[in-house]
Amino acid sequence: MKQVLKVEDMSVTFALHESEVHAVREMNFALSEGETLAVVGESGSGKSQAFLAIMGLLAKNGRTGGRAMMGDVNLIGLAPGQLDIYRGKDIAMIFQDPMTSLNPTLRVKTQLAEVLVKHRGFDKGKAVKSAVEMLERVGIPEPAKRANAYPHELSGGMRQRVMIAMALLCQPKILIADEPTTALDVTVQAQMLDLFKTLTDDFGTSLVLITHDLGVVAGVADRMMVMYGGRAVEKGVTDDLFYDPRHPYTLGLLHSTPHIAKRAERLDPIQGLPPSLEHLPKGCSFNPRCAFAFDRCLNERPLLTETGNGREKACFYEGPMTYGKVA
Amino acid sequence: MMDQTPINLLEIKNLKKTFAISSGLFARPLTLTALENINFTIRKGETLGIVGESGCGKSTLGRCILQLLSPDEGQVLWLGQDLTKLPAEEMRKRRQDLQIIFQDPLASLNPRMTVGEIIADPLRTLRPELKKDERRARVLKTMEAVGLLPEMINRYPHEFSGGQAQRIGIARALITEPKLIVCDEPVSALDVSIQAQILNLLAELKDEFGLTLIFISHNLSVVRHVSDRILVLYLGRIVELATGDEIYDDPKHPYTRALLTAVPIPDPKLARQRNIDALKGEIPSPINPPSGCTFRTRCRFAKPFCAEQRPPLETIDGGRLVACHRWREIEVPEEAVLGV
Repeated sequence: MKQVLKVEDMSVTFALHESEVHAVREMNFALSEGETLAVVGESGSGKSQAFLAIMGLLAKNGRTGGRAMMGDVNLIGLAPGQLDIYRGKDIAMIFQDPMTSLNPTLRVKTQLAEVLVKHRGFDKGKAVKSAVEMLERVGIPEPAKRANAYPHELSGGMRQRVMIAMALLCQPKILIADEPTTALDVTVQAQMLDLFKTLTDDFGTSLVLITHDLGVVAGVADRMMVMYGGRAVEKGVTDDLFYDPRHPYTLGLLHSTPHIAKRAERLDPIQGLPPSLEHLPKGCSFNPRCAFAFDRCLNERPLLTETGNGREKACFYEGPMTYGKVA
Repeated sequence: MMDQTPINLLEIKNLKKTFAISSGLFARPLTLTALENINFTIRKGETLGIVGESGCGKSTLGRCILQLLSPDEGQVLWLGQDLTKLPAEEMRKRRQDLQIIFQDPLASLNPRMTVGEIIADPLRTLRPELKKDERRARVLKTMEAVGLLPEMINRYPHEFSGGQAQRIGIARALITEPKLIVCDEPVSALDVSIQAQILNLLAELKDEFGLTLIFISHNLSVVRHVSDRILVLYLGRIVELATGDEIYDDPKHPYTRALLTAVPIPDPKLARQRNIDALKGEIPSPINPPSGCTFRTRCRFAKPFCAEQRPPLETIDGGRLVACHRWREIEVPEEAVLGV
């Protein structure tokens, strides 16, 4: 399968008054054409910052290291003017809250058409026509009417569809979706996930789905990358990670997620709190919350290593993992 | 579980709540019917889940029960006493028994008060006779119950993470020794691992203090996990009320069924096999709801007569409630329910 994005040794650092915080470290992954990669983690795991960095959208005190290769082009370190050639056209990103990403003072069609005028040199009339067609493709009823609306006149699900339409106008090779369904109702979420499947299957778009919801991941992702404390701790094919997790954190996440078809008396949550990035524990970042940690984990940091079948994990523990009652 | 003869702690009768919506400076205000014809009871010691999409009226219902909003019509009977008719002073005393936990823990805590002051605050108004050291002792006892360390008593809310802040909110609700707590999306803003900790905490506290819970959430997996019975709302009306097992194993209302099949399952093989009964479109505006059955515009079983008459809330199969003209005819094979 053709690779569309290759991220190598990427890091994201934020300068504070007298110190710096490492939000992402040693990130490596490749994204293939038409593939859906889920990036899973809790708040502060670095999952959003990594992709904001690739898009050149970090806050001013942020600095990115390493490479994010799209073909021969390294997106990291490009001047904003050069980045704009690719951003929106080859690689696009949508966010959890569509209202904050849309301009409240412009009609939907004006915002959509602008993308085509800028990136593809369409004249205004043709751009509006294409915009309305795209609204229809993403499942907006009465697209011509909705195109004339202002963002606040649309529902949350409708706004998210507008964002997706905008991201797709230039038929990007890569779509990064950061918690795209978290703010939506389940029924609308199901419609949205269905739309993502159509995109990857029919258009060959590669999708990066950043989420904390393993239910959403199970339905759409081909591969997964689990992040903790700014680093990837486990990677592999979705089914492998769900049915045979090798990292205690992945296992803990699975046991924390309520399952609608099974009612357990109590969930088996991971104990404790996610770490502060400014004060990561010594050794493995997960060791204070890990039921399987032993001496080595307290002093030495496990590196992400291959364990066969395209899987990788960053954990020293090799024994069986029976969960919950152990902790 | 419950006693042989369940005590009805709370009885809601014919509740209706409308809001006036301004539609411009000189236009006549529009009426939004948030809740209509709401009838149900809550038994002592149970957890009642309330589910529905945004705008269905689930939070409004919670607030009407607590008299944080005044219903237009109907009764809220607390052990037989109508709270809607209670004078303000009496209601204030009653609040010892009825408490609430909110979705956004940090936004619901006063940033200028210490944790100890926040948790003690309800006692100042509701139990003014308590001395300072008695109050402090109670605060510490409650903090221990919710898993907060005693040394946190003098810290401020911003020093806490979302999960810890929610523990503070729970402690504040718990300190008056309430009988009923309305939990309004209590875990929606939390990370998955923390969400599970808080759900377990609520279950432990319920057992320990014999609490009755109303659990409002849009997350059906979470509701399934915590609830004894589940009430499904659509556009401000009850469409179904049944035990958790009945709702999940044998939903009668097409809306309940559609909601269930839309819930993501954290199991890739099941997720792939599933045949999602996807609802078309979005929830209609409550300002101008469809005639007859309000769900008919999105219902794949709807017939022309569904537009004419509103379906009554029927009691069926020994106590469960459903509001659908066609529930008898639309039996579907079992495996179709969760879509697996």
